[in-house]
Amino acid sequence: MAEFKTNPEIVKPENLVYKRTEMLTPATMHYCPGCGHGTTHRIIMEVIEEMGVAADTVGIAPVGCSVLAYDYMNIDMQEAAHGRAPALATAVKRLMPEKFVFTYQGDGDLAAIGTAETIHACNRGENITIIFVNNGIYGMTGGQMAPTTLENMKASTCPYGRDIATMGSPLKITELIAQLPGTMYVTRQAVHTPAAVRSTKKAIRKAFENQKLKKGLSFVEVVSNCNSGWKMTPRQANEWMVQNMFPYFPLGDIKVNE
Amino acid sequence: MAKIKGEIVVDTERCKGCEVCIPACPVSVIVMAAGVNRKGYHYAMPSTDACIGCASCAIVCPDGAITVYKKKFTE
Repeated sequence: MAEFKTNPEIVKPENLVYKRTEMLTPATMHYCPGCGHGTTHRIIMEVIEEMGVAADTVGIAPVGCSVLAYDYMNIDMQEAAHGRAPALATAVKRLMPEKFVFTYQGDGDLAAIGTAETIHACNRGENITIIFVNNGIYGMTGGQMAPTTLENMKASTCPYGRDIATMGSPLKITELIAQLPGTMYVTRQAVHTPAAVRSTKKAIRKAFENQKLKKGLSFVEVVSNCNSGWKMTPRQANEWMVQNMFPYFPLGDIKVNE
Repeated sequence: MAKIKGEIVVDTERCKGCEVCIPACPVSVIVMAAGVNRKGYHYAMPSTDACIGCASCAIVCPDGAITVYKKKFTE
């Protein structure tokens, strides 16, 4: 057992500044060290806690690395078939329109197998929130090429790098759905620095509050690392993400309808 | 003069040693321990008492392993 010394004069409940939210279950997440999923889970739960809507929120877990999201998020969760989270979220929201409904999806789930569900849920303008974690690779199954894999980026199914001529260009699904009239808020964020995490949290809060307005779908993309899939240390992966992912997937709001 | 002092408490068994908190710290307090936890990860720990209690490390920690405290001392 690791020994950890603290100053008892400072470590008192009245001096608490920040602690892990109890909206997350005590379970240790299975994510690799440094994975952005953990941070994203935490800030979603913090938003739900701050809004006081834990009892009125239904989350939809995807298939992929975050398939076990329902084990970590201490709220009502449903598990969707691969890529079908927006369809399930549509059903939940239509049956219980007063609930806050969100899906949590990765790039393989949302932008590959679930493209049809994503685009049509966005086009119908369902009053749900989609949280899309984009790490440019299929992390769970062993680092295969995803629709969002960058040009020349190596993956286990494109070991010489993604060749645009034969494999197509990385899919900017977020820009794509921003063009649909059904979406009211589309943004791209990241979770690699404290400032980025704060900005993402604000975006997620806005995306949840938009559900009350009933004016369409809110979509938050979180550009994340996949240090195991990219074969880097977590810090290297974050630096690589800033240098390579952000030029192609620039951060910021893409569409804001009031 | 009042002085604000912070303190981080790392849940050493939850920490996976990813080191994402190290560049996040504005006063470079955090280092990795030489020892390991039950799972074999080196865990984060403060190296000095220079912590200002800004919670930047806790905000970027993917596993929520860091709890932050802050107290104002008047001399």
